[in-house]
Amino acid sequence: MADRTHAHAHRRPQRHLPLQILLGFLVVYFLVPFWWVVVNSSKDAPGLFGGGNTLWFGDQVDYLGNLQQLFTYDGGIYARWILNSTLYALAGGVGATVLAVMAGYGFAKYRFAARRFSFAVVLGALMVPATALVIPTFIMFSRLGLTNTIWAVILPSLLNPFGVYLMHVYARDAVPDEILDAARVDGAGEVRTFLQVALPLMRPAVVTVLLLSAVASWNNYFLPLAMLSDNRLFPVTVGLGLWQGVASANNSGSTSLWSLIILGALVSVIPLIVAFFGLQRYWRGGLSVGGLR
Amino acid sequence: MTLLTEAPAPRAEKKTHQIRSKRNRREHRMGWLFVGPFGIVFLAFLVAPLGYALYLSLFQKKLVGGTSFVFLDNYTKAFTDPSFLSGSWFVIRFALVAIPLQIVVALAMALILDAVTSLFTRFSRLMIFLPYAIPTVIGAVMWGFLYSRSFGPLTDVFGLFGATAPDFLGSNLIFYGLLNIVTWQWAGYYMIILYAALQGIDPTLYEAARMDGAGRWQVAVRIKIPLITPALILILVFSLIGTLQFFNEPQILRYLAAGTIGADFTPNMYAYQQAFSLANFNYGSAISFALGGVVFVCVYAFLFFTRKRRSFL
Repeated sequence: MADRTHAHAHRRPQRHLPLQILLGFLVVYFLVPFWWVVVNSSKDAPGLFGGGNTLWFGDQVDYLGNLQQLFTYDGGIYARWILNSTLYALAGGVGATVLAVMAGYGFAKYRFAARRFSFAVVLGALMVPATALVIPTFIMFSRLGLTNTIWAVILPSLLNPFGVYLMHVYARDAVPDEILDAARVDGAGEVRTFLQVALPLMRPAVVTVLLLSAVASWNNYFLPLAMLSDNRLFPVTVGLGLWQGVASANNSGSTSLWSLIILGALVSVIPLIVAFFGLQRYWRGGLSVGGLR
Repeated sequence: MTLLTEAPAPRAEKKTHQIRSKRNRREHRMGWLFVGPFGIVFLAFLVAPLGYALYLSLFQKKLVGGTSFVFLDNYTKAFTDPSFLSGSWFVIRFALVAIPLQIVVALAMALILDAVTSLFTRFSRLMIFLPYAIPTVIGAVMWGFLYSRSFGPLTDVFGLFGATAPDFLGSNLIFYGLLNIVTWQWAGYYMIILYAALQGIDPTLYEAARMDGAGRWQVAVRIKIPLITPALILILVFSLIGTLQFFNEPQILRYLAAGTIGADFTPNMYAYQQAFSLANFNYGSAISFALGGVVFVCVYAFLFFTRKRRSFL
């Protein structure tokens, strides 16, 4: 039946021109900031401030020159920020995913003491705003001498209750108990059953959780802003925020910094856009898993 | 999944629980081994900070006499502090406008993309989702440029009509300036969640409705929207949590909108200022904890009242 409706819809393509035009306007709206950044990162400071059309290229299109400036300014600090962001996103993302996958599987497949209570506590944690934790975590870390180190950013990123929730739902629905029991009867230990039988079945959800936690780490601003004072440890979000502050504070002397910020913003979003588009089929499946049934 | 709704489930589960635990005592141990690592992180980076914030918030540091236990004084101070109150009032007003706006926009886009299939709609779906891949900080930086009167396009565009460009970074319009950024940033993400839910609906339902003479509009309102209520509740919860802890966008725009956005613009910014600019950790912790507590209670109450609608939890 479902197939028939599908075929039906294909035979008579529905155009709905007014809706498509409306969508066209929406797409323009969502793309305008990107367009502005792409166009204006080709300009030098005089081109940026010298009037002219702000939504079109100026007389000089100099991406290479600007890129060279971006990556050499202040001893190449920008490249360092990008590497830091990558490290925080990978370490935080992989760590949070490993923990979430194990916990979600444990909650879904084992009936242990205080399971229901613990899971309810994890769900409650979904409602605690992450930023409320930053100030006390900072004070705890400063007692331990951990502030202004990479661990101050990585360790708190390991906490991902939403990932546990996603993995729980997915493991419960996608990993049948019978298969696990069969593996045990065949003499596989619990760890081997998990690694070789359950884990492959959970792969789409694992990729989704990995992507979501890596993106959350990459996008994080409040936590590194609070934890780090050495700008050589900054992720790119905090770094660009710093430049923005410097450029606004003395808006006459540092006009060249503005063109660096614009190009820096553009370069910093490219890895994420590539990751999202490249892994599209995984996270789209994973989001629909998101327990939305 | 239906923690708040599932009444009969615990009994059935208890029975299996007893049978199974008799059969396999190892299960307790293995269960905790799997959950344990996360549990440690959970205790260290969620429970401990919350408890520590509560503890710190009960003390005050004075220039004379050092730190002393003041019980709830910091909280009474917060709730009579004009900075905290004005920040809270802004965030509440903002949430009341921003959340419905984002959800309506996201729902409309999801319904259009679900109803119309073409190469262009597939392309649109990705483009509308694109801002989610942008860090909120970078999004705010980008829009800050667009709002800027010195190098943004608004001056040109309005100049065409001989009008003066509106100043979205000025105190009159900053509310709308931020509203636009937040909607741009999140509507696409919410749209993808709703779209995924819409795609999960059995299409035979539409066929049946059409035979009963329902039009497209009726199908959308009577069938599609009710069936994706859990997804709607999920994004409502996400946006509620996100909006009440508003920080990144106003913090970034502060530099551009000098004088419009103060250090106490939102409660979260105020807590940050107290803790990191003024080294007033006790008061900062009290504000953080109060904010976290209010968000928790709001969201929990919301889920409690909507639990009959098959909430996501």
